Amino acid sequence: MNMRTPLKKVYHLGSAKEGASHFWLQRVSAVANLFLVIYLMGLIISLAGADYITVREALSYPLTALLLLLLILSGVIHMRLGMQTIIEDYIESEGTKIVALMLNTFFSVFIGAASVWAVLKLSFGA
Amino acid sequence: MVQLTLPKNSTLKNGKIWNSPEATGRWKEFRIYRWSPEDEQNPHIDTYWIDLDACGPMVLDALIKIKNEIDPTLTFRRSCREGICGSCAFNIGGTNTLACLNAIEDYEGAVTIYPLPHMEVVKDLVPDMTNFYAQHRSIQPWLQTQTPTPPTEWKQSREDREALDGLYECILCACCSTSCPSYWWNSDRYLGPAILLQAYRWIKDSRDEATGERLDNLEDPFRLYRCHTILNCTKACPKGLNPAKAIAELKKLMVERRV
Repeated sequence: MNMRTPLKKVYHLGSAKEGASHFWLQRVSAVANLFLVIYLMGLIISLAGADYITVREALSYPLTALLLLLLILSGVIHMRLGMQTIIEDYIESEGTKIVALMLNTFFSVFIGAASVWAVLKLSFGA
Repeated sequence: MVQLTLPKNSTLKNGKIWNSPEATGRWKEFRIYRWSPEDEQNPHIDTYWIDLDACGPMVLDALIKIKNEIDPTLTFRRSCREGICGSCAFNIGGTNTLACLNAIEDYEGAVTIYPLPHMEVVKDLVPDMTNFYAQHRSIQPWLQTQTPTPPTEWKQSREDREALDGLYECILCACCSTSCPSYWWNSDRYLGPAILLQAYRWIKDSRDEATGERLDNLEDPFRLYRCHTILNCTKACPKGLNPAKAIAELKKLMVERRV
């Protein structure tokens, strides 16, 4: 039988005194994504139907490559924060939650690194 | 994972039909959730018919009439019958609201009355509010000051007083919190819209000197940041308040004090 008082349960482990930076970074990356995705859509439209050589040439411009790299960074940060929120919302068991949060980070870093590598490869020409 | 289906002993069954409409009068059907801890039965929906010509206009009038004249075992909370005590909060016609503030005639067809969603049921329409009240206690809902108490009252400008409009009216009926999916999934750690609105009411109070500590206690991924602006709270509030806006203001203050 659980004899803890209701207030003891509510106080739990106390406030983490954290969460505002997660909230703020989610907003900052959202605003960054807004502009960068518009840029990406413009780039895709301008390169529609183009061959490999043309695409490589377009990506060899420093600004183009830089904006794509920033989009990857901002997109991956946003994705990881969003998925973290969903995991915390729906997964109750502490063990499963910790594993899911770790996998979320691993997945985001892997996707980010792979995307960066692809852009750099095109940009520097391989 | 979040549990999406009810356990076997919690699935709803059709219950007793207590009476039937007669030839004369304006008869309205009420379908009401029943569950008692004293028998082994599943929760069930009982049906009652009320002649609207012999009943007050509000849903609460019908509940009281049923208890007085048809079925004295029907259990529910009510007190002021004018939307100020917050006792008669139920899920009526699919929406959390106060039975005393809603006219029967505004509901088409049968009026369904369930207890507030995702709360443990004590009996019939009575939910267990223990956790909700403890959460309210946890935000220390009283004026906190370090300045020595003045001999008369704490002064407040007209503008500062007006800043509390839309906050002080909350009657803690829990309609908003129990309409919030985030509160359903994480009510053990998330404070929910009602309590966060109350917390903001004290943070916003020009006389209170514990703003920083109050914000410290709220800044937590679960206590505050489980709010995902779903806005069910604002839609449900029978007093027309906007808990979602209060929460958004809290989130703004959290950013403001660090940038």
